[in-house]
Amino acid sequence: MSTLIKDKKLIEDPFIRIGVDDAIPAKGAVLVPLTTWQDHWEKLLRRGEPVGVWLKSDEHPEIIADDLDNLQLIALEFPTFRDGRGYSYARLVRERYGFEGELRAIGDVLLEQLHYMERVGFNAFEVDSKDALADLAIADRDFSVWYQPSADDRASSAQLRTELKRNG
Amino acid sequence: MYRYDEFDHQLVQERVAQFRRQIERRMSGELNEDQFKPLRLMNGLYLQLHAYMLRVNVPYGCLSSRQMRQLAHIARKYDRGYGHFTTRQNIQYNWVKLEDTADILADLAAVEMNAMQSSGNCVRNITADHYAGRARDEIQDPRVWCELLRQYSILNPEFSYLPRKFKIAVTGAPKDRAAVALHDIGLRMFLNDAGEPGFEVIVGGGQGRTPVIGKTIREWIEPEHVISYVEAILRIYNLYGRRDNIYKARIKILVKALGIDKYRELVEAEWLQIRDGALKIAPEERARIDAYFQPPTYESLTEQGAELDELGRADPAFGAWLRSNVADHKVVGYALVNISLKAPGKIPGDLSAQKMDAVADLADEFGWGELRVNHRQNLVLPDVRQSDLYSLWQALAKLELATANIGLVSDMIACPGLDFCALADARSIPVAQDIGLHFANSDKLQHVGNLTINISGCVNACGHHHVGNIGILGVDKRGKEFFQLTLGGSSDERASLGDRVGPGLPQSEVPDAIERIVDTYLEIREGEDESFLDTYRRCGMDVFREAVYGPEGPAKRVTPTRQVA
Amino acid sequence: MAQMLIANRLSDGLVVFRGADGAWVESIAAGVLIRNDREANDLLEQSLVDADSNRVIDPNLIDVTEHAGARVPDAIREAIRAAGPTVAVET
Repeated sequence: MSTLIKDKKLIEDPFIRIGVDDAIPAKGAVLVPLTTWQDHWEKLLRRGEPVGVWLKSDEHPEIIADDLDNLQLIALEFPTFRDGRGYSYARLVRERYGFEGELRAIGDVLLEQLHYMERVGFNAFEVDSKDALADLAIADRDFSVWYQPSADDRASSAQLRTELKRNG
Repeated sequence: MYRYDEFDHQLVQERVAQFRRQIERRMSGELNEDQFKPLRLMNGLYLQLHAYMLRVNVPYGCLSSRQMRQLAHIARKYDRGYGHFTTRQNIQYNWVKLEDTADILADLAAVEMNAMQSSGNCVRNITADHYAGRARDEIQDPRVWCELLRQYSILNPEFSYLPRKFKIAVTGAPKDRAAVALHDIGLRMFLNDAGEPGFEVIVGGGQGRTPVIGKTIREWIEPEHVISYVEAILRIYNLYGRRDNIYKARIKILVKALGIDKYRELVEAEWLQIRDGALKIAPEERARIDAYFQPPTYESLTEQGAELDELGRADPAFGAWLRSNVADHKVVGYALVNISLKAPGKIPGDLSAQKMDAVADLADEFGWGELRVNHRQNLVLPDVRQSDLYSLWQALAKLELATANIGLVSDMIACPGLDFCALADARSIPVAQDIGLHFANSDKLQHVGNLTINISGCVNACGHHHVGNIGILGVDKRGKEFFQLTLGGSSDERASLGDRVGPGLPQSEVPDAIERIVDTYLEIREGEDESFLDTYRRCGMDVFREAVYGPEGPAKRVTPTRQVA
Repeated sequence: MAQMLIANRLSDGLVVFRGADGAWVESIAAGVLIRNDREANDLLEQSLVDADSNRVIDPNLIDVTEHAGARVPDAIREAIRAAGPTVAVET
């Protein structure tokens, strides 16, 4: 079963997620597929409620790069945990397009992928787990050293080594 | 050699702890096999025909004697007393238990070794010229770049679920001993017109079912940009590589589909965005790693060529070994020594725990405790004094590790094949053993000269058969093992893929077929200096095909079928 | 014409055969020889339960022939799994 974690807290999802053929609900924050956003973005923004777009793994976020100021949520789907495109998309969304809203991983999301997802910029997860918070805590503790920079704030080992040397 | 600092140690230990947990979750059923498989692969653990197989990284082929002793310890404690060196400079253990694996990894971590990403759809062990830092023809030691790329690629959060595996090779010399054109990314160092060292970047090479020689994506890049450029290549591959068919998921397929020009365009556009960011290699970081690869303090010695020739005449067996197994060192009075793991009748690349210990001792006695693993499944002692060569040879001979056959017919590459591997269609080791026994005579070997035979037990080509001067591919034909031969392959800077000779032969006919091919070569070569490869390139296939199948040609054209295992 | 159920044991990866009373045994001689389809299906189903409960991985049916009392799988691959590598390793 899926639970939603955002910024390390378990929350009820304020967004209603709709599918490709679903109608847009009258009220409430809504998470829509790409085509719905492309066809109805004016109507969605006029509602005056938070809007999110969810992308399939073959939908490159550059398609909505110019719309990010209007979105509170971007969700990237992992149809299977083996499909790693979402990791690159996430970094681009954060580092290239500068999105600061909620970046959520949905689909086949397990404990064993959470740490990497967090590093590439996801701050929300629909985790398939009996105890999602416990899983996230485990994932968080997995590593304290990272070789390379990513979308997160963690210093890479190269940076830390240079600092160490400079500070004697 | 690179030494772990506190960061490296911490990372490896955390990785071991994480995998220990993942194993527990698998054993308790919290993870099913489908969820667990990619995780165990990313820690180097395969399930093969008979047992689990653990592939341990030997980064760019460099080992210390201390590490070699630990590899021996692991073979004895957790396996069946031996290990197998591979075509990617790694070592494999064929009989490990899942329940022991975390402990094995902990024992490896204690000597600064690991199995991280030695399998899985991620960046694998980065391989290099096995003579790195020592070869006379080298422009610059490639190992600093290998280590920088290694750290960049390990536990990289963006690139752990690539469409498929990703292999990188680096050479710092114009003579390509690392087969860079047959890798997903190959880096070939050279000096530009201004005399500055930099890399030609080659992309989309590979073997397997659809062998491809890589194409140049960038003719020149400054070394400080090599990581950001690799990231650009990886990102485009991660985004656009096929994920619908595992046989079409490598980067070579994507490059072929888009064309190198389009692929380059995408990579260059991406690279422009990141080239001056955090991945630009800082001089301090480069210098820090460089320091680990400083050469040892060599003695000031004289060239011993004449003395060695004299010894070689007095003892022809030593002379033969000198000619085939010893290579020129950049420092006068020293030599690079190849330890052949291809004694006739032995399993190519295998080494018992006892001999691992012995070889570690030799590395200490005849050098500074350093060893290399060659992608042809042999070992190298990189710093032997010429004046010590005779005593070293005698010591190796006692261990059956002095076969004078490096680069010669019996120095075959053979994958584990159907005796061990779950992917195989046919057994490669018995074929190698047969050929090795056929060509056991040292004089005959020397007379034939350089001739590489590479044997793969299936189309996945882990035995690199496409780039053997003679390639042998095991196939399954209606439940029986047959072997197809190819001729004319090469993995060096003039890389080429072998041409198919004809329909597959049963195992019993293979050694004779090889014999006839070799005899034909001896008949038609233009002097002893024309290698088999050059003769083949000059004369073509027909004369050799006739030698194998006779003037009538093969009995009938049969298309071998491959059963999906 | 007979069949047997073969798998790899989860804990150590060793090749095992379905034996009597739900056991998994390392020796092909000690495994259950299946002689009809119904038996095959029953045992396969039970084996899948064992796979799900983490005792074995990938149980599957293979054809086996008896030669002078010894059981040999028909396919080379399975014969090698049953008897071990055909080459002597140096230990």
